[in-house]
Amino acid sequence: MSATHHRTIGFGYLAISLIAVVIGTLLSLAMRLHLTWPNWPLPLHGPILPEEYLALVTMHGTLMLFFVLTVAPQSGFGNLILPSQIGARRMAFPCLNALSLYLTVASLITLLAATFVPGGGPIGGWTAYPPLSSTPLAGPGQGYGMDCWLAAIAMFSIASTISAVNTLTTIVKLRCEGMTWERLPLTVWGWFTAALLSVLAFSVLLAALLLLFCDRHLHTAFFLPSQELINGVLLQHRGDGSPLLWLHLFWFFGHPEVYIAILPGMGLTSMVIANFAHRRVFAYHLMIATTLLIGFLGILVWGHHMFVAGLNPFAGTAFSISTIAIAIPASAKVLSWLATLWRSKPELATPMLFALGFVSLFITGGLSGPILAQPILDEYLHNTFFVVAHFHLIMAMAGVFGLFCATYYWAPILFHRRLSEPLGKLHFWGTILGAYSTFLPMHLTGLAGEPRHYAQLTGITPAASSLLQSTLPLQRHITASAIFLACAQLPFLLNLILTLRRTAEAAENPWQATTLEWSPYADSQQPEEAPVVHHGPCHYSASGREFLTQWSTETTFQTEPE
Amino acid sequence: MSLQANPNFWHLPRNAALHGHALDTHLLLNLWIALALLAFAHIVLLAGVAIRNRTTRPHNKTLLEYLPLAALTLLFFGLAVRAQQLWAAQRYTGADLSAMQVEVTGMQFAWYFRYPGPDAAFGNTKLSLASAAEGNPLGLDPDDPYGRDDIVSSQLVLPAGREVDLTLRAQDVIHGFSVPEMRLKQNAVPGQTVHIHFTPQTPGDYAILCTQVCGLGHYRMNATMHVVPQADFAAWLAAHEAKP
Repeated sequence: MSATHHRTIGFGYLAISLIAVVIGTLLSLAMRLHLTWPNWPLPLHGPILPEEYLALVTMHGTLMLFFVLTVAPQSGFGNLILPSQIGARRMAFPCLNALSLYLTVASLITLLAATFVPGGGPIGGWTAYPPLSSTPLAGPGQGYGMDCWLAAIAMFSIASTISAVNTLTTIVKLRCEGMTWERLPLTVWGWFTAALLSVLAFSVLLAALLLLFCDRHLHTAFFLPSQELINGVLLQHRGDGSPLLWLHLFWFFGHPEVYIAILPGMGLTSMVIANFAHRRVFAYHLMIATTLLIGFLGILVWGHHMFVAGLNPFAGTAFSISTIAIAIPASAKVLSWLATLWRSKPELATPMLFALGFVSLFITGGLSGPILAQPILDEYLHNTFFVVAHFHLIMAMAGVFGLFCATYYWAPILFHRRLSEPLGKLHFWGTILGAYSTFLPMHLTGLAGEPRHYAQLTGITPAASSLLQSTLPLQRHITASAIFLACAQLPFLLNLILTLRRTAEAAENPWQATTLEWSPYADSQQPEEAPVVHHGPCHYSASGREFLTQWSTETTFQTEPE
Repeated sequence: MSLQANPNFWHLPRNAALHGHALDTHLLLNLWIALALLAFAHIVLLAGVAIRNRTTRPHNKTLLEYLPLAALTLLFFGLAVRAQQLWAAQRYTGADLSAMQVEVTGMQFAWYFRYPGPDAAFGNTKLSLASAAEGNPLGLDPDDPYGRDDIVSSQLVLPAGREVDLTLRAQDVIHGFSVPEMRLKQNAVPGQTVHIHFTPQTPGDYAILCTQVCGLGHYRMNATMHVVPQADFAAWLAAHEAKP
């Protein structure tokens, strides 16, 4: 396959994510161990200093958010599966596609390089609020390290925007004959909506990064007040800007970003559940509408990250309403999943287990969303571990379950082999157990008052120590669970290695799927084998025993009515 | 199940502020509702997976989708309206005119608290004069007569039962002023002043935490709020007013 072939590029993106997720996970374990035992010496390094702890937090967040949860579902599987699912032979712009992959690689290298420049990696978290991020005076890592971060994320933004334009053009222009918008699988709707959001969100982020670069190096003051006293040095700026402008721009990107991470997983979950339940997706048109609605509302809710940031309190009310509103299309999705599954007793193969895990984590993580959307409650919960628990369950864990579901489900297409079922099931049960055991107790340490980004919870003022003391037993439990969760990924890696060493057995459509990527001609470049679509996805007979693929030319049975 | 009888199930620290009880009640209500919905959704999920009894489709979409959706919408908006009432009560209006004035300044990695003194007015500050090493961390202007009686403290001492109007500032980067036991949190932003008001009720020592990552010393940017009976506060104030 050539270097501009979408499969090659898709595997390239998955390789980036695999590297990023391994590093990001190891960093999080170092954080947990340090938080629980502040004197614990990191092998080959020694005890972790407070600024190193913050550098770990920043690198963990940046790697996971950008290079795992954005890259793998949207760019990775978007390239590997999307064209064949809509009957396209290629992506719309193969060369631009390769360019965005190379830019993403350069971005990852630049980001990781931040760790090794003088001063080390940046310490301001993945949100990089100025003035902490605007001057090297504010702390170690805020000099060269921060510049690396800015350069890396700027490259990433450009790559994501190009990639999103490519995805949108491919879906709009290259659908095969008969693939109407109504017949698009929900995964494609997920990629489509996420790409729309990417174009909007990453362009705003890129603008914000440029302004921050100007504030750092060209003496502007978009995000800085006219005077600040940092580390004993009085800084005078010609302008009189506000850090709140950065918060607005960043979260205008940042909130859509989390939907970019989760929308493809939602689409895949819908399709996999229908596939294994041998049923139509319940309320298919409503599912399309809610996907678009989540995307639309997703750009109107950024202010809920800023309830206590210093905005007018009326803004808090407005953003509270838009945020609560987004719970409605999200609930509609959950109801559809539950209704599709109801009394179906599906075959519990590994892809289905991960799809069910996605639903479970989405419910559990989602239910704390409306709580955090209430400004008066956010006043207590903001920047505590309650929030950490919320987004790790709904975004990180649900997102990762979507990725595992995709890997197990599409393995016969990607590797021409099915992954081992026993190892897959071991992987699933270890991961779901580890995920809940790690992130559920964080709600409680958050309710107890534990703030985010604290390098240690002991050895601080007596009042603070006695407040946070009560969380220490839970801290040990969380750390042990996090280690267990990381170890639970070993069966997955083993499974990949063992499967790739086996000889290829090209089983055609092993899950009895109805969508086009399973067509025997999905990869054919022959013009006479060009795919033609005759039906919508997920058509099964009333008994569920027969199924009708999108490319079948004839209907041999009465399909289940919607 | 009584919401108030067993708050420790959720690990909430004690509440010591006047507005805290209503906030806690609403928070616990939210948490129990979320837990109930979580359990219910999982029961439906697991039952659907475990039981096979294919009924003829179509299912009634109104019954299965729109009715539960309407119920959830009502529930979420009901909770949001109640939260809105509490938010409005705390934030839509400023403090009472009789509230005690204290200025809070955050800087890497300490909090300073300034009381206006007997003249009930804060003096000017200049960042160019600020230096913790010279004993003037806030940059009080010696030429401003209003500032001569200002009291600067590293502890926040407050009388129980009196409303306090805090003026939040930051010298360098954004800091988060948070007192979990007062159910209070507000960021201090450089170049901007933000007000927040509350009434501490129960005497005691409470942790003041920084909740916005602000640099390497973020975790140790703590201070203590001493809430004392009125008489003790008057004595503390008199002792500090007499000093300069």
